[in-house]
Amino acid sequence: MKLRAIAINTFKEAVRNKIYYLLIAFGIVFAFSSRLVSLLTLGDQVRVLKNVGLASINFFSVLIAIFTGINLIYKEIDKKTILNIMSKPISRRDFILGKFLGLSYTLLVALVSMATVFLLFLLISTGDIDWNILVYFCLLYFELLIIISISLVFSSFSTPILSSIFTINLYLIGHVLWTFNEFKTRLVEPITRIIIYLIYYILPNLEKFNLRDQIVSNEKINPMIVLTSILYALVYIAAMLTLAILIFNKREFK
Amino acid sequence: MKALEIRDLRKSFRSNFLFKKYEILKAININVEKGQIYGFLGPNGAGKTITIKCILGLLFPDSGQILINNKPATNPEIRQILGFLPEYPFFYDYLTAKEFLHFSAMLFSIPSKKASEVSKKLIKQVGLEGKENIKLKNFSKGMLQRIGFAQALINDPDIVILDEPFSGLDPIGRKELRDIVIALKNSGKTVFFSSHILQDMELIADKVGIIFNGNIIKEGKLSDLVSHSVQYYDVIFSNIDKKKVEANKINFVCRDESYIVRCQDINTMNNIIEFVILNKGKILSVTPIKMTLEDIFLKEIK
Ligand SMILES: Nc1ncnc2c1ncn2[C@@H]1O[C@H](COP(=O)(O)OP(=O)(O)OP(=O)(O)O)[C@@H](O)[C@H]1O
Ligand SMILES: [Mg+2]
Repeated sequence: MKLRAIAINTFKEAVRNKIYYLLIAFGIVFAFSSRLVSLLTLGDQVRVLKNVGLASINFFSVLIAIFTGINLIYKEIDKKTILNIMSKPISRRDFILGKFLGLSYTLLVALVSMATVFLLFLLISTGDIDWNILVYFCLLYFELLIIISISLVFSSFSTPILSSIFTINLYLIGHVLWTFNEFKTRLVEPITRIIIYLIYYILPNLEKFNLRDQIVSNEKINPMIVLTSILYALVYIAAMLTLAILIFNKREFK
Repeated sequence: MKALEIRDLRKSFRSNFLFKKYEILKAININVEKGQIYGFLGPNGAGKTITIKCILGLLFPDSGQILINNKPATNPEIRQILGFLPEYPFFYDYLTAKEFLHFSAMLFSIPSKKASEVSKKLIKQVGLEGKENIKLKNFSKGMLQRIGFAQALINDPDIVILDEPFSGLDPIGRKELRDIVIALKNSGKTVFFSSHILQDMELIADKVGIIFNGNIIKEGKLSDLVSHSVQYYDVIFSNIDKKKVEANKINFVCRDESYIVRCQDINTMNNIIEFVILNKGKILSVTPIKMTLEDIFLKEIK
Protein backbone atom coordinates (compact mmCIF):
# COMPACT_ATOMS: atom_id res chain seq x y z
CA MET A 1 0.00 0.00 0.00
CA LYS A 2 2.82 2.41 0.86
CA LEU A 3 4.57 1.46 -2.33
CA ARG A 4 1.34 1.98 -4.23
CA ALA A 5 0.88 5.40 -2.64
CA ILE A 6 4.27 6.50 -3.97
CA ALA A 7 3.59 4.96 -7.37
CA ILE A 8 0.18 6.57 -7.78
CA ASN A 9 1.49 9.90 -6.63
CA THR A 10 4.40 9.72 -9.06
CA PHE A 11 2.00 9.03 -11.89
CA LYS A 12 -0.24 11.88 -10.75
CA GLU A 13 2.68 14.28 -10.66
CA ALA A 14 3.78 13.29 -14.16
CA VAL A 15 0.35 13.59 -15.71
CA ARG A 16 -0.38 16.90 -14.03
CA ASN A 17 2.59 18.32 -15.87
CA LYS A 18 1.83 19.73 -19.30
CA ILE A 19 5.20 18.67 -20.71
CA TYR A 20 4.09 15.06 -20.53
CA TYR A 21 1.21 15.70 -22.94
CA LEU A 22 3.35 17.94 -25.07
CA LEU A 23 5.92 15.20 -25.62
CA ILE A 24 3.22 12.62 -26.38
CA ALA A 25 1.61 15.05 -28.82
CA PHE A 26 4.96 15.69 -30.50
CA GLY A 27 5.52 11.95 -30.80
CA ILE A 28 2.19 11.58 -32.55
CA VAL A 29 2.64 14.62 -34.79
CA PHE A 30 6.07 13.45 -35.90
CA ALA A 31 4.72 9.95 -36.50
CA PHE A 32 2.05 11.48 -38.73
CA SER A 33 4.69 13.43 -40.58
CA SER A 34 6.02 10.08 -41.78
CA ARG A 35 3.13 10.22 -44.26
CA LEU A 36 4.48 13.43 -45.67
CA VAL A 37 7.99 12.07 -45.91
CA SER A 38 6.74 8.90 -47.55
CA LEU A 39 4.93 10.94 -50.21
CA LEU A 40 8.16 12.68 -51.03
CA THR A 41 10.19 9.54 -51.44
CA LEU A 42 10.34 7.22 -54.35
CA GLY A 43 10.09 3.52 -53.79
CA ASP A 44 8.62 1.67 -50.83
CA GLN A 45 6.31 4.16 -49.16
CA VAL A 46 5.12 1.77 -46.41
CA ARG A 47 8.69 1.18 -45.46
CA VAL A 48 9.33 4.89 -45.01
CA LEU A 49 6.06 5.30 -43.15
CA LYS A 50 7.04 2.65 -40.61
CA ASN A 51 10.61 3.78 -40.37
CA VAL A 52 9.89 7.44 -39.66
CA GLY A 53 6.86 6.66 -37.50
CA LEU A 54 8.63 4.21 -35.23
CA ALA A 55 11.69 6.42 -34.99
CA SER A 56 9.70 9.42 -33.82
CA ILE A 57 7.73 7.45 -31.23
CA ASN A 58 11.00 5.98 -30.06
CA PHE A 59 12.62 9.40 -29.78
CA PHE A 60 9.83 11.04 -27.83
CA SER A 61 9.22 8.15 -25.48
CA VAL A 62 12.93 8.11 -24.62
CA LEU A 63 12.71 11.86 -23.96
CA ILE A 64 9.76 11.32 -21.63
CA ALA A 65 11.65 8.53 -19.86
CA ILE A 66 14.77 10.60 -19.32
CA PHE A 67 13.07 13.78 -18.23
CA THR A 68 10.31 12.43 -16.04
CA GLY A 69 12.73 9.91 -14.53
CA ILE A 70 15.33 12.45 -13.57
CA ASN A 71 13.01 15.25 -12.66
CA LEU A 72 10.78 13.40 -10.27
CA ILE A 73 13.33 12.24 -7.71
CA TYR A 74 15.36 15.40 -7.88
CA LYS A 75 12.30 17.59 -7.48
CA GLU A 76 11.31 15.56 -4.48
CA ILE A 77 14.65 16.35 -2.84
CA ASP A 78 15.00 19.89 -4.12
CA LYS A 79 11.50 20.94 -3.11
CA LYS A 80 11.94 19.10 0.18
CA THR A 81 8.72 17.17 -0.21
CA ILE A 82 10.90 14.16 0.53
CA LEU A 83 11.23 15.29 4.15
CA ASN A 84 7.57 14.74 4.56
CA ILE A 85 7.61 11.29 2.94
CA MET A 86 10.72 9.89 4.55
CA SER A 87 9.47 10.94 7.97
CA LYS A 88 6.60 8.51 7.50
CA PRO A 89 6.96 4.78 8.13
CA ILE A 90 8.21 3.98 4.66
CA SER A 91 11.56 2.46 3.86
CA ARG A 92 13.88 4.02 1.33
CA ARG A 93 13.65 0.83 -0.70
CA ASP A 94 9.89 1.17 -1.01
CA PHE A 95 10.31 4.79 -2.00
CA ILE A 96 12.61 3.91 -4.90
CA LEU A 97 10.50 0.95 -5.98
CA GLY A 98 7.35 3.06 -5.76
CA LYS A 99 8.95 5.74 -7.91
CA PHE A 100 10.02 3.12 -10.42
CA LEU A 101 6.55 1.58 -10.63
CA GLY A 102 4.94 5.00 -10.97
CA LEU A 103 7.33 5.95 -13.75
CA SER A 104 6.81 2.61 -15.49
CA TYR A 105 3.11 3.22 -15.47
CA THR A 106 3.53 6.79 -16.69
CA LEU A 107 5.61 5.53 -19.63
CA LEU A 108 3.23 2.69 -20.35
CA VAL A 109 0.37 5.15 -20.71
CA ALA A 110 2.47 7.42 -22.92
CA LEU A 111 3.69 4.58 -25.13
CA VAL A 112 0.30 2.91 -25.45
CA SER A 113 -1.34 6.16 -26.48
CA MET A 114 1.31 6.92 -29.10
CA ALA A 115 1.32 3.32 -30.34
CA THR A 116 -2.46 3.12 -30.62
CA VAL A 117 -2.69 6.29 -32.65
CA PHE A 118 0.17 5.17 -34.86
CA LEU A 119 -1.30 1.71 -35.49
CA LEU A 120 -4.66 3.24 -36.41
CA PHE A 121 -2.91 5.66 -38.69
CA LEU A 122 -1.01 2.79 -40.31
CA LEU A 123 -4.22 0.84 -40.75
CA ILE A 124 -5.91 3.77 -42.44
CA SER A 125 -3.05 4.64 -44.73
CA THR A 126 -2.00 1.09 -45.72
CA GLY A 127 -5.16 -0.91 -45.03
CA ASP A 128 -3.11 -3.44 -43.06
CA ILE A 129 -1.44 -3.78 -39.67
CA ASP A 130 1.94 -5.36 -39.25
CA TRP A 131 1.58 -7.09 -35.87
CA ASN A 132 5.32 -7.30 -35.49
CA ILE A 133 5.14 -3.64 -34.61
CA LEU A 134 3.65 -4.70 -31.27
CA VAL A 135 6.80 -6.69 -30.58
CA TYR A 136 8.78 -3.58 -31.45
CA PHE A 137 6.83 -1.49 -28.92
CA CYS A 138 7.14 -4.21 -26.31
CA LEU A 139 10.93 -4.22 -26.58
CA LEU A 140 10.97 -0.43 -26.71
CA TYR A 141 9.08 -0.44 -23.42
CA PHE A 142 11.73 -2.61 -21.81
CA GLU A 143 14.38 -0.25 -23.10
CA LEU A 144 12.50 2.64 -21.51
CA LEU A 145 12.39 0.76 -18.21
CA ILE A 146 16.15 0.33 -18.37
CA ILE A 147 16.53 4.06 -19.00
CA ILE A 148 14.40 5.03 -16.02
CA SER A 149 16.21 2.58 -13.76
CA ILE A 150 19.48 4.20 -14.83
CA SER A 151 18.10 7.69 -14.31
CA LEU A 152 16.95 6.64 -10.83
CA VAL A 153 20.52 5.67 -9.99
CA PHE A 154 21.89 9.01 -11.15
CA SER A 155 19.22 11.16 -9.62
CA SER A 156 19.59 9.38 -6.29
CA PHE A 157 22.88 11.20 -5.82
CA SER A 158 23.34 13.84 -8.46
CA THR A 159 21.72 16.97 -9.86
CA PRO A 160 19.23 16.86 -12.74
CA ILE A 161 21.58 18.45 -15.24
CA LEU A 162 24.37 15.99 -14.53
CA SER A 163 21.90 13.14 -14.36
CA SER A 164 20.45 14.02 -17.76
CA ILE A 165 23.91 14.28 -19.28
CA PHE A 166 24.94 10.92 -17.80
CA THR A 167 21.72 9.21 -18.78
CA ILE A 168 21.69 10.61 -22.30
CA ASN A 169 25.32 9.60 -22.75
CA LEU A 170 24.64 6.11 -21.52
CA TYR A 171 21.67 5.94 -23.84
CA LEU A 172 23.78 6.92 -26.83
CA ILE A 173 26.63 4.61 -25.86
CA GLY A 174 24.08 1.87 -25.22
CA HIS A 175 23.12 2.00 -28.87
CA VAL A 176 26.64 1.68 -30.25
CA LEU A 177 27.86 -0.76 -27.64
CA TRP A 178 27.50 -3.70 -30.00
CA THR A 179 30.42 -2.33 -31.98
CA PHE A 180 32.57 -3.09 -28.92
CA ASN A 181 31.72 -6.72 -29.38
CA GLU A 182 33.55 -6.87 -32.68
CA PHE A 183 36.28 -4.65 -31.43
CA LYS A 184 37.04 -6.50 -28.18
CA THR A 185 37.88 -9.83 -29.77
CA ARG A 186 40.57 -8.16 -31.81
CA LEU A 187 42.40 -6.75 -28.79
CA VAL A 188 45.48 -8.58 -27.68
CA GLU A 189 46.75 -6.56 -24.75
CA PRO A 190 45.17 -8.16 -21.67
CA ILE A 191 44.49 -5.03 -19.61
CA THR A 192 42.71 -3.06 -22.29
CA ARG A 193 40.95 -6.24 -23.18
CA ILE A 194 39.64 -6.68 -19.64
CA ILE A 195 38.58 -3.06 -19.48
CA ILE A 196 36.72 -3.27 -22.76
CA TYR A 197 35.05 -6.50 -21.66
CA LEU A 198 34.01 -4.86 -18.38
CA ILE A 199 32.60 -1.83 -20.13
CA TYR A 200 30.80 -4.08 -22.53
CA TYR A 201 29.09 -6.02 -19.78
CA ILE A 202 28.40 -3.13 -17.41
CA LEU A 203 26.94 -0.62 -19.83
CA PRO A 204 23.44 -1.23 -21.10
CA ASN A 205 23.34 -2.86 -24.50
CA LEU A 206 20.32 -1.03 -25.79
CA GLU A 207 20.65 -2.03 -29.42
CA LYS A 208 19.25 -5.40 -28.33
CA PHE A 209 15.88 -3.68 -28.11
CA ASN A 210 15.90 -2.12 -31.52
CA LEU A 211 13.98 -4.17 -34.06
CA ARG A 212 13.29 -1.33 -36.43
CA ASP A 213 15.38 -2.65 -39.32
CA GLN A 214 13.79 -6.09 -39.19
CA ILE A 215 10.30 -4.64 -39.01
CA VAL A 216 10.81 -2.11 -41.74
CA SER A 217 12.21 -4.73 -44.08
CA ASN A 218 9.54 -7.27 -43.05
CA GLU A 219 12.07 -9.78 -41.81
CA LYS A 220 10.97 -12.59 -39.56
CA ILE A 221 11.59 -11.91 -35.88
CA ASN A 222 13.31 -14.62 -33.89
CA PRO A 223 11.32 -15.14 -30.65
CA MET A 224 14.44 -16.37 -28.86
CA ILE A 225 16.15 -13.06 -29.44
CA VAL A 226 13.12 -11.23 -28.11
CA LEU A 227 13.03 -13.41 -25.01
CA THR A 228 16.71 -13.04 -24.23
CA SER A 229 16.42 -9.29 -24.66
CA ILE A 230 13.57 -9.20 -22.15
CA LEU A 231 15.54 -11.34 -19.74
CA TYR A 232 18.53 -9.07 -20.17
CA ALA A 233 16.31 -6.06 -19.42
CA LEU A 234 14.93 -7.64 -16.25
CA VAL A 235 18.37 -8.46 -14.91
CA TYR A 236 19.69 -5.02 -15.80
CA ILE A 237 16.74 -3.24 -14.17
CA ALA A 238 17.07 -5.33 -11.01
CA ALA A 239 20.74 -4.45 -10.78
CA MET A 240 20.10 -0.72 -11.31
CA LEU A 241 17.29 -0.61 -8.76
CA THR A 242 19.48 -2.38 -6.20
CA LEU A 243 22.20 0.15 -6.82
CA ALA A 244 19.77 3.06 -6.53
CA ILE A 245 18.44 1.67 -3.24
CA LEU A 246 21.93 1.18 -1.85
CA ILE A 247 22.87 4.77 -2.67
CA PHE A 248 19.58 6.12 -1.40
CA ASN A 249 19.93 4.25 1.89
CA LYS A 250 23.04 6.27 2.62
CA ARG A 251 21.53 9.57 1.72
CA GLU A 252 20.74 12.31 4.20
CA PHE A 253 17.99 14.85 3.68
CA LYS A 254 19.00 18.27 4.84
CA MET B 1 7.60 6.26 31.06
CA LYS B 2 9.65 8.03 28.48
CA ALA B 3 8.13 8.65 25.10
CA LEU B 4 11.29 10.07 23.61
CA GLU B 5 14.80 9.86 24.87
CA ILE B 6 17.91 11.21 23.24
CA ARG B 7 21.27 10.22 24.66
CA ASP B 8 24.50 11.90 23.73
CA LEU B 9 23.45 12.75 20.22
CA ARG B 10 26.26 14.16 18.10
CA LYS B 11 26.12 15.34 14.55
CA SER B 12 28.65 17.10 12.41
CA PHE B 13 28.74 18.16 8.80
CA ARG B 14 31.70 18.20 6.52
CA SER B 15 32.09 21.11 4.22
CA ASN B 16 32.32 19.77 0.72
CA PHE B 17 35.70 20.96 -0.44
CA LEU B 18 37.91 21.47 2.55
CA PHE B 19 37.52 18.47 4.77
CA LYS B 20 36.73 20.59 7.76
CA LYS B 21 34.25 19.16 10.21
CA TYR B 22 31.59 21.38 11.72
CA GLU B 23 30.20 20.04 14.94
CA ILE B 24 26.57 21.07 14.93
CA LEU B 25 25.19 18.96 17.77
CA LYS B 26 27.44 18.29 20.73
CA ALA B 27 26.05 15.67 23.06
CA ILE B 28 22.34 16.40 23.06
CA ASN B 29 20.39 14.79 25.91
CA ILE B 30 16.63 15.05 25.96
CA ASN B 31 14.02 13.26 28.03
CA VAL B 32 10.37 13.55 27.13
CA GLU B 33 7.89 11.83 29.41
CA LYS B 34 4.73 10.31 28.04
CA GLY B 35 1.81 12.73 27.95
CA GLN B 36 4.00 15.81 28.18
CA ILE B 37 4.18 18.86 26.02
CA TYR B 38 7.91 19.37 25.60
CA GLY B 39 9.15 22.72 24.35
CA PHE B 40 12.46 22.66 22.54
CA LEU B 41 13.69 26.21 22.85
CA GLY B 42 16.67 27.79 21.18
CA PRO B 43 17.72 30.75 19.08
CA ASN B 44 18.05 30.57 15.29
CA GLY B 45 20.75 28.18 14.21
CA ALA B 46 21.02 26.43 17.59
CA GLY B 47 20.41 23.00 16.10
CA LYS B 48 16.70 22.38 16.72
CA THR B 49 15.83 21.32 13.20
CA ILE B 50 18.93 19.14 12.90
CA THR B 51 18.01 17.34 16.13
CA ILE B 52 14.47 16.77 14.90
CA LYS B 53 15.73 15.46 11.56
CA CYS B 54 17.90 12.98 13.42
CA ILE B 55 14.86 11.78 15.38
CA LEU B 56 13.00 11.14 12.14
CA GLY B 57 15.85 9.37 10.40
CA LEU B 58 16.29 12.09 7.79
CA LEU B 59 19.83 12.68 9.01
CA PHE B 60 22.13 10.04 10.43
CA PRO B 61 23.74 10.93 13.79
CA ASP B 62 27.51 10.53 14.20
CA SER B 63 26.93 8.89 17.56
CA GLY B 64 24.38 8.67 20.32
CA GLN B 65 21.04 7.03 20.73
CA ILE B 66 17.49 8.02 19.99
CA LEU B 67 14.77 5.97 21.63
CA ILE B 68 11.08 6.23 20.92
CA ASN B 69 8.99 4.35 23.48
CA ASN B 70 12.28 2.68 24.43
CA LYS B 71 12.83 1.38 20.90
CA PRO B 72 15.59 2.63 18.62
CA ALA B 73 14.34 5.24 16.17
CA THR B 74 16.39 3.79 13.33
CA ASN B 75 13.64 1.40 12.29
CA PRO B 76 11.22 3.12 9.87
CA GLU B 77 8.31 1.15 11.34
CA ILE B 78 8.64 3.11 14.58
CA ARG B 79 7.36 6.13 12.66
CA GLN B 80 3.96 4.46 12.47
CA ILE B 81 3.17 6.14 15.82
CA LEU B 82 4.85 9.46 15.01
CA GLY B 83 3.37 12.58 13.55
CA PHE B 84 5.66 15.21 12.08
CA LEU B 85 5.23 18.78 10.94
CA PRO B 86 8.33 19.99 9.06
CA GLU B 87 9.69 23.47 9.66
CA TYR B 88 8.71 24.65 6.21
CA PRO B 89 5.57 23.14 4.80
CA PHE B 90 6.94 21.76 1.54
CA PHE B 91 4.14 19.65 0.22
CA TYR B 92 3.10 18.48 -3.23
CA ASP B 93 1.62 21.58 -4.73
CA TYR B 94 -0.22 19.71 -7.49
CA LEU B 95 -2.41 17.89 -4.98
CA THR B 96 -5.57 19.22 -3.39
CA ALA B 97 -5.80 19.34 0.40
CA LYS B 98 -7.98 16.24 0.43
CA GLU B 99 -5.76 14.29 -1.96
CA PHE B 100 -2.73 15.22 0.10
CA LEU B 101 -4.29 13.89 3.30
CA HIS B 102 -5.27 10.68 1.51
CA PHE B 103 -1.76 10.27 0.19
CA SER B 104 -0.36 10.77 3.69
CA ALA B 105 -2.84 8.25 5.06
CA MET B 106 -1.70 5.67 2.51
CA LEU B 107 1.88 6.00 3.73
CA PHE B 108 0.58 4.78 7.09
CA SER B 109 -1.40 1.98 5.42
CA ILE B 110 -4.66 3.52 6.56
CA PRO B 111 -7.56 2.05 4.55
CA SER B 112 -9.19 4.61 2.29
CA LYS B 113 -12.57 4.60 4.02
CA LYS B 114 -11.01 5.39 7.36
CA ALA B 115 -8.75 7.93 5.68
CA SER B 116 -11.78 9.82 4.34
CA GLU B 117 -13.37 9.97 7.77
CA VAL B 118 -10.21 11.07 9.50
CA SER B 119 -9.29 13.68 6.90
CA LYS B 120 -12.76 15.17 7.07
CA LYS B 121 -12.44 15.50 10.82
CA LEU B 122 -8.93 16.92 10.65
CA ILE B 123 -9.79 19.44 7.95
CA LYS B 124 -12.49 20.73 10.23
CA GLN B 125 -10.21 20.69 13.24
CA VAL B 126 -7.53 22.81 11.59
CA GLY B 127 -10.11 25.21 10.18
CA LEU B 128 -9.81 24.41 6.48
CA GLU B 129 -13.42 23.50 5.86
CA GLY B 130 -14.50 24.33 2.32
CA LYS B 131 -10.87 24.39 1.15
CA GLU B 132 -10.56 20.60 0.65
CA ASN B 133 -10.53 20.76 -3.12
CA ILE B 134 -8.12 23.63 -3.59
CA LYS B 135 -4.68 22.68 -4.86
CA LEU B 136 -1.92 23.26 -2.33
CA LYS B 137 -0.11 25.59 -4.73
CA ASN B 138 -2.93 28.06 -4.14
CA PHE B 139 -2.68 27.81 -0.36
CA SER B 140 -1.39 30.69 1.77
CA LYS B 141 1.44 30.15 4.24
CA GLY B 142 -0.98 29.92 7.15
CA MET B 143 -3.20 27.45 5.29
CA LEU B 144 -0.16 25.31 4.46
CA GLN B 145 0.81 25.30 8.12
CA ARG B 146 -2.70 24.12 8.95
CA ILE B 147 -2.74 21.34 6.37
CA GLY B 148 0.70 20.39 7.66
CA PHE B 149 -0.80 20.02 11.10
CA ALA B 150 -3.60 17.90 9.70
CA GLN B 151 -1.21 15.52 7.91
CA ALA B 152 0.88 15.22 11.07
CA LEU B 153 -2.20 13.90 12.88
CA ILE B 154 -3.54 11.64 10.12
CA ASN B 155 -2.33 8.44 11.81
CA ASP B 156 -3.61 9.42 15.26
CA PRO B 157 0.02 9.44 16.45
CA ASP B 158 1.10 8.82 20.03
CA ILE B 159 3.98 11.24 19.67
CA VAL B 160 3.72 14.42 17.66
CA ILE B 161 6.87 16.25 16.61
CA LEU B 162 6.37 19.81 15.46
CA ASP B 163 9.17 21.99 14.11
CA GLU B 164 8.23 25.63 14.64
CA PRO B 165 4.52 24.88 14.49
CA PHE B 166 3.33 28.41 15.17
CA SER B 167 5.47 30.32 12.72
CA GLY B 168 3.78 32.14 9.90
CA LEU B 169 0.44 32.32 11.65
CA ASP B 170 -1.66 35.27 12.70
CA PRO B 171 -2.60 35.59 16.40
CA ILE B 172 -5.92 33.81 15.91
CA GLY B 173 -4.20 31.00 14.03
CA ARG B 174 -1.59 30.64 16.75
CA LYS B 175 -4.28 30.41 19.36
CA GLU B 176 -6.23 27.82 17.37
CA LEU B 177 -3.23 25.61 16.77
CA ARG B 178 -2.11 25.96 20.38
CA ASP B 179 -5.54 24.76 21.39
CA ILE B 180 -5.07 21.72 19.17
CA VAL B 181 -1.76 20.97 20.87
CA ILE B 182 -3.40 21.23 24.29
CA ALA B 183 -6.24 18.99 23.11
CA LEU B 184 -3.63 16.43 22.00
CA LYS B 185 -2.11 16.45 25.44
CA ASN B 186 -5.53 16.07 27.02
CA SER B 187 -6.14 12.95 24.97
CA GLY B 188 -2.92 11.46 26.31
CA LYS B 189 -0.55 12.24 23.44
CA THR B 190 3.01 13.40 23.77
CA VAL B 191 4.00 16.56 21.95
CA PHE B 192 7.55 17.68 21.19
CA PHE B 193 7.74 21.09 19.58
CA SER B 194 10.54 23.49 18.77
CA SER B 195 10.32 27.22 18.86
CA HIS B 196 12.41 30.28 19.49
CA ILE B 197 9.41 32.10 20.84
CA LEU B 198 9.33 32.11 24.62
CA GLN B 199 5.69 32.92 24.84
CA ASP B 200 4.75 29.64 23.14
CA MET B 201 6.68 27.77 25.78
CA GLU B 202 5.18 29.66 28.67
CA LEU B 203 1.68 29.15 27.37
CA ILE B 204 1.70 25.41 26.71
CA ALA B 205 4.92 23.59 27.59
CA ASP B 206 5.15 21.28 30.60
CA LYS B 207 8.84 20.78 30.20
CA VAL B 208 11.44 22.83 28.39
CA GLY B 209 14.83 21.99 26.98
CA ILE B 210 17.00 24.92 26.02
CA ILE B 211 19.46 24.34 23.21
CA PHE B 212 22.22 26.77 22.41
CA ASN B 213 25.06 26.24 19.99
CA GLY B 214 24.39 22.53 19.79
CA ASN B 215 24.33 21.99 23.54
CA ILE B 216 21.39 21.46 25.84
CA ILE B 217 22.14 24.09 28.42
CA LYS B 218 19.10 23.55 30.60
CA GLU B 219 16.30 21.06 30.81
CA GLY B 220 13.50 20.93 33.30
CA LYS B 221 9.84 21.34 34.15
CA LEU B 222 8.67 24.79 33.22
CA SER B 223 7.38 25.28 36.76
CA ASP B 224 10.83 24.48 38.15
CA LEU B 225 12.67 26.63 35.65
CA VAL B 226 10.47 29.64 35.99
CA SER B 227 10.60 29.79 39.76
CA HIS B 228 7.34 31.05 41.06
CA SER B 229 9.10 32.77 43.86
CA VAL B 230 9.26 36.43 43.18
CA GLN B 231 12.54 37.96 42.11
CA TYR B 232 11.83 41.48 43.34
CA TYR B 233 9.02 43.96 43.87
CA ASP B 234 8.51 47.24 42.13
CA VAL B 235 6.77 49.85 44.27
CA ILE B 236 5.56 53.01 42.58
CA PHE B 237 4.40 56.00 44.57
CA SER B 238 4.00 59.77 44.31
CA ASN B 239 3.05 62.94 46.20
CA ILE B 240 6.17 63.09 48.33
CA ASP B 241 8.85 65.72 48.19
CA LYS B 242 11.92 64.52 46.37
CA LYS B 243 14.26 65.73 49.10
CA LYS B 244 12.47 63.66 51.68
CA VAL B 245 12.83 60.54 49.60
CA GLU B 246 16.49 61.19 49.02
CA ALA B 247 17.03 61.81 52.70
CA ASN B 248 15.81 58.32 53.47
CA LYS B 249 18.50 56.75 51.36
CA ILE B 250 15.99 55.13 49.09
CA ASN B 251 17.22 54.03 45.71
CA PHE B 252 14.68 55.20 43.21
CA VAL B 253 14.03 56.10 39.66
CA CYS B 254 11.91 59.14 38.98
CA ARG B 255 9.33 59.17 36.23
CA ASP B 256 6.49 61.65 35.67
CA GLU B 257 6.38 62.90 39.24
CA SER B 258 6.31 59.35 40.56
CA TYR B 259 9.04 57.23 42.07
CA ILE B 260 9.83 53.65 41.18
CA VAL B 261 11.66 51.64 43.80
CA ARG B 262 12.95 48.15 43.20
CA CYS B 263 12.89 46.10 46.41
CA GLN B 264 14.87 42.90 46.67
CA ASP B 265 12.74 41.39 49.46
CA ILE B 266 9.46 41.75 51.34
CA ASN B 267 10.95 43.63 54.31
CA THR B 268 12.37 46.37 52.16
CA MET B 269 9.07 46.58 50.37
CA ASN B 270 7.14 46.90 53.66
CA ASN B 271 9.51 49.59 54.86
CA ILE B 272 9.00 51.56 51.68
CA ILE B 273 5.24 51.27 51.92
CA GLU B 274 5.35 52.37 55.56
CA PHE B 275 7.47 55.36 54.63
CA VAL B 276 5.04 56.37 51.90
CA ILE B 277 2.02 56.07 54.18
CA LEU B 278 3.71 57.98 57.02
CA ASN B 279 4.57 60.81 54.68
CA LYS B 280 1.04 60.90 53.25
CA GLY B 281 2.20 59.82 49.85
CA LYS B 282 0.17 57.90 47.34
CA ILE B 283 0.96 54.25 46.55
CA LEU B 284 0.34 53.85 42.85
CA SER B 285 1.26 50.20 42.52
CA VAL B 286 3.13 47.29 44.05
CA THR B 287 4.20 44.67 41.51
CA PRO B 288 5.93 41.41 42.30
CA ILE B 289 8.27 40.63 39.39
CA LYS B 290 8.72 36.96 38.55
CA MET B 291 11.60 35.43 36.69
CA THR B 292 10.54 34.72 33.15
CA LEU B 293 11.76 32.11 30.77
CA GLU B 294 13.36 34.97 28.94
CA ASP B 295 15.46 35.86 31.98
CA ILE B 296 16.56 32.26 32.27
CA PHE B 297 17.26 32.09 28.60
CA LEU B 298 19.32 35.25 28.55
CA LYS B 299 21.12 34.30 31.74
CA GLU B 300 22.02 30.85 30.45
CA ILE B 301 23.32 31.84 27.05
CA LYS B 302 25.63 34.46 28.52
N1 LIG C 1 24.05 21.03 5.60
C1 LIG C 1 24.67 21.73 6.53
N2 LIG C 1 26.01 21.84 6.52
C2 LIG C 1 26.64 22.55 7.46
N3 LIG C 1 26.01 23.19 8.46
C3 LIG C 1 24.67 23.12 8.53
C4 LIG C 1 23.94 22.39 7.56
N4 LIG C 1 22.62 22.50 7.87
C5 LIG C 1 22.57 23.27 8.97
N5 LIG C 1 23.78 23.64 9.36
C6 LIG C 1 24.09 24.48 10.55
O1 LIG C 1 23.56 23.84 11.67
C7 LIG C 1 23.12 24.79 12.61
C8 LIG C 1 21.80 24.38 13.17
O2 LIG C 1 20.81 24.50 12.20
P1 LIG C 1 19.28 24.22 12.51
O3 LIG C 1 18.55 24.27 11.22
O4 LIG C 1 19.12 22.99 13.32
O5 LIG C 1 18.89 25.47 13.39
P2 LIG C 1 17.53 25.74 14.16
O6 LIG C 1 17.80 25.64 15.60
O7 LIG C 1 16.46 24.89 13.60
O8 LIG C 1 17.28 27.27 13.80
P3 LIG C 1 15.95 28.03 13.32
O9 LIG C 1 15.28 28.54 14.54
O10 LIG C 1 16.51 29.14 12.50
O11 LIG C 1 15.13 27.08 12.53
C9 LIG C 1 23.15 26.12 11.91
O12 LIG C 1 24.19 26.88 12.46
C10 LIG C 1 23.42 25.81 10.46
O13 LIG C 1 24.29 26.77 9.93
MG1 LIG D 1 14.81 25.15 12.55
